[in-house]
Amino acid sequence: MEHKASHPALQHHFENLEQQREAGTLGMWVFLVTEIMFFGGMFLAYTLYRTKYPQAFASASNHLSLPLGTINTGVLILSSFTMALAVYSAQTGKRRGQIVCLALTLLLGLTFLGIKAIEYHDKYVDHLIPGRLIPGRPFDASGVHLLPGAAKQNVEMFYWIYFAMTGMHAVHMIIGVGLLSVILYFAARGRYGPEYHNPVEISGLYWHFVDIIWIFLFPLLYLLGRHLEH
Amino acid sequence: MSVQLRMSEHIVPLRIYITIFLALLVGTGLTVWAGGHDFPGSLNVIIALTIAVIKATLVVLYFMHVRYSSRLIWVVFTAALFWLGILFALTLSDYWTRGWLPIS
Repeated sequence: MEHKASHPALQHHFENLEQQREAGTLGMWVFLVTEIMFFGGMFLAYTLYRTKYPQAFASASNHLSLPLGTINTGVLILSSFTMALAVYSAQTGKRRGQIVCLALTLLLGLTFLGIKAIEYHDKYVDHLIPGRLIPGRPFDASGVHLLPGAAKQNVEMFYWIYFAMTGMHAVHMIIGVGLLSVILYFAARGRYGPEYHNPVEISGLYWHFVDIIWIFLFPLLYLLGRHLEH
Repeated sequence: MSVQLRMSEHIVPLRIYITIFLALLVGTGLTVWAGGHDFPGSLNVIIALTIAVIKATLVVLYFMHVRYSSRLIWVVFTAALFWLGILFALTLSDYWTRGWLPIS
């Protein structure tokens, strides 16, 4: 059974492709654990401040665009689906499907970032970029409709957390787009097939992880005060 | 060798991917719908988080293949949740209990 270096992608320090695949997948999961802890800290900050200023957070949240947030959630879920199909195509040796699915995933990722940019621009126009990050355009919550019991000065904290979390998420999306571009390039050159496709698989793990972060961010940031606005 | 490889790697059928995708879309629709309704108490948060956890679980188990992965991957992933639990439990047990006892 031992045919060492039987596949050009097999690295010399692995016994066989199977061991190499397992090691690669485990490595990506360990990295994702650190990512869970990284985002976990921000989710904790969100939990603390939201319970401290519930009304201000609900008011600030209602100012976000629910249609754009919902569309972006759909776009990201669809991109996760096409990513899963790209891995499936690689596993089953469907080269054209693999390239099409990777390209679609890439496009959907860029669509997400484009919609996010529109949202950020809306916040810029409404003076809702927190602190004095924008020279000559300090934060001003006057445009936010305050629910009863909401203090104006606490609205800013929501936007700090909103920009920190969606910003870090967007950075991960940009990295993911870069990653997928590389994978797409090699896929187009025919590097991945049923025997060797671990780079596609672990890039997929990363992509799905970023999708999961958004699955939590969407209800926590966009939906928390909708039912109070009547 | 390639026979040996394919046996160890489970290929998730297309049908499952499509089902999970549709379930995720339904979950998104549900959470948006529920977000607009005024449920009693803190039920709104509980509903939103329950749907999010279910969606995330579906992604982890099927899109990320954890359901078909080795025990080692399960351990690594569970460890992450465990440490996340410690982070939240210890911090919140401080912040959320402040003011329970009068400070003399």
